[in-house]
Amino acid sequence: MSEYLLEVKDLSVEYQTDDGVVQAVTDLQLGIRKGETLGLVGETGAGKTTTALSIMQLVPNPPGVIVKGEVLYKGVDLLKKKPEHMRRIRGNKISMIFQDPMTSLNPVMTVGFQIEEAIILHQKVGKKEAREQAEKMLELVGIPKNRIEDYPHEFSGGMRQRVGIAMALSCNPEILIADEPTTALDVTIQAQVLDLMKTLRKEFGTAMMLITHDLGVVAEACNYVAIMYAGSVVEYASVEQLFNNPKHPYTKGLFNSIPSLDEEVDRLNPIKGLMPDPSDLPPGCRFHPRCPMARDICSQQGPKPVSVSEGHMVSCLIYEGLVPGYEEE
Amino acid sequence: MNKEMDKEAMRTKPLNPPASGASIEEGSEAASVVAPQTVKAPKQRSQLAEVWRRLRKNKMAIFGLIVITIIIFTAIFAEQIAPYGYQTQNLRRIAESPSKDHWLGTDELGRDIFSRIIFGTRVSLQVGFVAVSISVIMGGFLGSLAGYYGGKLDNVIMRTMDILLAIPSILLAIAIVSAFGGGLVNVMIAVGISSIPVYARIVKASVISIKEQEFIEAARAVGAKDLRIIFKHVLPNSMAPIIVQGTIGVANAILSAAGLSFIGLGIQPPTPEWGAMLSGGRMFIRTAPHIATFPGVAIMITIFALNLLGDGMRDALDPRLKQ
Repeated sequence: MSEYLLEVKDLSVEYQTDDGVVQAVTDLQLGIRKGETLGLVGETGAGKTTTALSIMQLVPNPPGVIVKGEVLYKGVDLLKKKPEHMRRIRGNKISMIFQDPMTSLNPVMTVGFQIEEAIILHQKVGKKEAREQAEKMLELVGIPKNRIEDYPHEFSGGMRQRVGIAMALSCNPEILIADEPTTALDVTIQAQVLDLMKTLRKEFGTAMMLITHDLGVVAEACNYVAIMYAGSVVEYASVEQLFNNPKHPYTKGLFNSIPSLDEEVDRLNPIKGLMPDPSDLPPGCRFHPRCPMARDICSQQGPKPVSVSEGHMVSCLIYEGLVPGYEEE
Repeated sequence: MNKEMDKEAMRTKPLNPPASGASIEEGSEAASVVAPQTVKAPKQRSQLAEVWRRLRKNKMAIFGLIVITIIIFTAIFAEQIAPYGYQTQNLRRIAESPSKDHWLGTDELGRDIFSRIIFGTRVSLQVGFVAVSISVIMGGFLGSLAGYYGGKLDNVIMRTMDILLAIPSILLAIAIVSAFGGGLVNVMIAVGISSIPVYARIVKASVISIKEQEFIEAARAVGAKDLRIIFKHVLPNSMAPIIVQGTIGVANAILSAAGLSFIGLGIQPPTPEWGAMLSGGRMFIRTAPHIATFPGVAIMITIFALNLLGDGMRDALDPRLKQ
């Protein structure tokens, strides 16, 4: 396995609220290599956004606390960096695209100002050059540069998200974290934005972490996928491996709940039950209350990540040989 | 109008559900990219223009604005407008009723009241605007620190403000003026300081609501410093309540300054200050009521106009009224 550009090791994040401790992320492992796209998939509340914010060190504190773990960027732990150093990395080396373009742009500032901001903050350029660069970025994402003086409310949702992309890419970052960048958009606009991100990513050679709950988006845009459930990664594989041969019962459940074009079904086939309350997680394997394969041992012993084939990790007791798996039934 | 409609159409276009298929999708996309070039930019539709458009619809607010504009011009061109100097005495015509020579009559020292009121606008406006600037800047700064950082700093700042608030502002101003002496500058500072807590509270409240917005997180994600975020992202978004309170605050400041002068702690004679004039005239209220009446009317008109404008601003800046 080649060097990871960004590696997350044993990351645990808690939200310490008055009503109890919420374990948003537990012992999370992730890795992104240069130029790759990693899809981070999970239900709402699985801890995807918290993971992204931990990498950026933007977890709202209080109540959020990074309890343990490492976020290695080029081998250096970002969690140990001083705030001032971290500030220089944010937006410059690692930048982020937000979920809702309607709220992630400042309504009283022109889009030009907002794209320039990152450039002025991180590069030693004058106002004029920054403006030129901002114009270039705007054209790159397909918005004519004479709209640079316009305000966010004068743009449509898709265009605003493209402004967000221009902001994120303006300093040519090495890692781009996209937090559900297409969730708030129409399906047709989603395709455009994804295409744009794909093209630009190739052009700039940026590594990307794409957070989504849409497996279709993953298939479209990613090289690797990490499936998250209740704060930890349950399966990590390349897109081909995952789509051809999903291993974890949760991943299988996700695929089963997508309606197929070939078969006629009356009802969708969702995973039964709900995501556990993150302040009251079940013991053992967190998925066992909803798992069709669960045995008694699943509620007592948590699974460890097991490699089932080259680069394909699964956290399930089936693959530790402790629970009868699919083949034996 | 046509341009506006063009722009409107262009803005909504990408959100229209395409009928079917990818070709149409591309078509609408192309339109959304090309259209802005056909609209001859740069026609700015900034928030300011939007607010002005809404303010214009409010007749009373525009009336207030016109009155205030007239008052401001009066203050600037006082020398040219006033028929007499503010110190010019005519001892043969003391406490005279309004006449052709002296439109609003003369005071107990034979000075033309009309001229003195005109020169008085200078003092009142200065006190009003400078005092409000002091309190907006100080209150805004303290309030935004308290709102943005929260925690201990918030507690220290806001409890201090609470202590200040517990003292009636006119009493606080009296205390400050009697400690440091009267005069224009001290009155401005006193009136300014006494209304800092009001602005600190308003700014803090709006900063708290704005700092939770996603675009603040986005600004942090591009690596902006805290102070930059406060001044470039948070405060510009909380201007609306500050502007409204500021407009009404000018009226209050003028009133406070007049009150201070009335009790003899404010601006000292012979500087023509409306409150001081009113106070000087009250001894003659039975024999020559106009001496006290006209400065009072001047105060009333100014404050009335400022309040009308302030109310209009509140309506114009209220985002919920956006159509």
